[in-house]
Amino acid sequence: MKHRVAITGIGLVTPVGLTTQATWQQLLQGQSGLGPLPEEYGLHDYPVRAVGLVKGEQELLSTVLPTKYHSRTERFSQLALLAGAQAMQQAGWSKDVPTDRYRFGSYVGVGVGGLEGIAQAAQDFAQGGPKRVNPFVIPKIITSMAAGWLSMQFNLQGPALATASACASSADALGLAFRAIRDGYADYMLAGGSEACAIPLTVAGFGNIRALSTWQGEPAAASRPFDANRSGFVLAEGAAMLVLERLEAAQARGATIIAEIVGYAATADAYHLTAMHPEGQGAIAALQLALADANISPEQVGYINAHGTATPMNDAQETMILKKVFGEHVLPARLDHAVVSSTKSMTGHMLGAAGAAEAAFCALALRDQMVPPTINLTTPDPACDLDYVPNQARQHGLDYAVSNSFGFGGSNTVLVLKRAQ
Amino acid sequence: MSFNREDTLSKVVGIIAEKLSLPAANITEASTFKELGADSLDIVEIIMSFEEAFGIEIKDEDAEKIKTVGQAVDLIHGARTK
Repeated sequence: MKHRVAITGIGLVTPVGLTTQATWQQLLQGQSGLGPLPEEYGLHDYPVRAVGLVKGEQELLSTVLPTKYHSRTERFSQLALLAGAQAMQQAGWSKDVPTDRYRFGSYVGVGVGGLEGIAQAAQDFAQGGPKRVNPFVIPKIITSMAAGWLSMQFNLQGPALATASACASSADALGLAFRAIRDGYADYMLAGGSEACAIPLTVAGFGNIRALSTWQGEPAAASRPFDANRSGFVLAEGAAMLVLERLEAAQARGATIIAEIVGYAATADAYHLTAMHPEGQGAIAALQLALADANISPEQVGYINAHGTATPMNDAQETMILKKVFGEHVLPARLDHAVVSSTKSMTGHMLGAAGAAEAAFCALALRDQMVPPTINLTTPDPACDLDYVPNQARQHGLDYAVSNSFGFGGSNTVLVLKRAQ
Repeated sequence: MSFNREDTLSKVVGIIAEKLSLPAANITEASTFKELGADSLDIVEIIMSFEEAFGIEIKDEDAEKIKTVGQAVDLIHGARTK
């Protein structure tokens, strides 16, 4: 028997805002969370100028994690806890709510993990030898530890694991959590993603692949999806956690249902380390399979939250892919066409956390019937000619929304969400 | 340069207070690490901090014998004043 899957809680900790409410309000106002690279990064002679950092979260950390544990958790686990706490609170769950705890798991998508801790430990070892490696290093840096901490803090005794597919990591976490509930393997899931590796090393790493925006002006203008003057993504950090449960259970206990997840598909391009397949075959298949999984036709989709990283290649490719899947339904000339936007224009690219954050934005768009904009879209690119909701959020009647995530290694993940009735 | 035991004690208490997020006033020579809420990983980390702070080396077999704050002070003070 297949269960319908509801979203009953959303937690967001992003460069745009420390809470779901703050983030969503800022997105609808077209506000960017991006800023200059901190002075102490020492990257003055490097062409990258902008980064998306979460601000002000340290004051809140003690509300979700005793001070004693702060130095033994990496930032990605801390952000996951902050987001997880918001989601659990909204869903009305606490550590003590009785239910079969083995049927409440946590899946956290993490693309990179504790890179800062690894770099520090490597330095300590090089300078002081093996006796100088802190005993908390390994438990801190491993990618599954965000799920481990959520499990400990909220007493979740179902599967606690990390999913990794680069920039699609947390889209896959949500998709697999959706399936676990739909197919009866779990009753509740706390699922999403977290990433916090925006240290100088990471900036250099992505910069040297030429994936990062080299916009030399205002950092808030550096992320320019679909714009003719785009030059890459802006590295960011953040966390997005969602509570998923069976729709009937949510209704029975009177929980607020934000939206439903109705479809999920994942494919791989089997093509190149970082570039997408030139004909987009893997992404096209993922979209078609996800729509089929949701049992809907392309014409029923009102909004597509694009992967939209603002690399010259992705945005043109993704446009071509959307046209292949949605046909005339996504062309601006059509009345009631599907609209597309990239919230990465405001949040930057949160890597492992991006997929879940963007699915959350789809859920909120369905709830509020409002689509967030693509900001910094000032010079159209002929290869990108869809309706990207430029610069201003828009009221838009929506029943279904789709979220795309494409990752290094060729992963293509698509989630389909439906308005709660 | 000579150190008195008080100095060693107060530094040891400071390190434990920081690592376990406890008020220094709660830590006495008689306190056992277990009472103070230190688990096995905490103790390894605390011993490493002692080594760094005092510029000494504490052998594993000596570290294993430390059960109370006072015993830690004795061991460290002994190494400092060699």
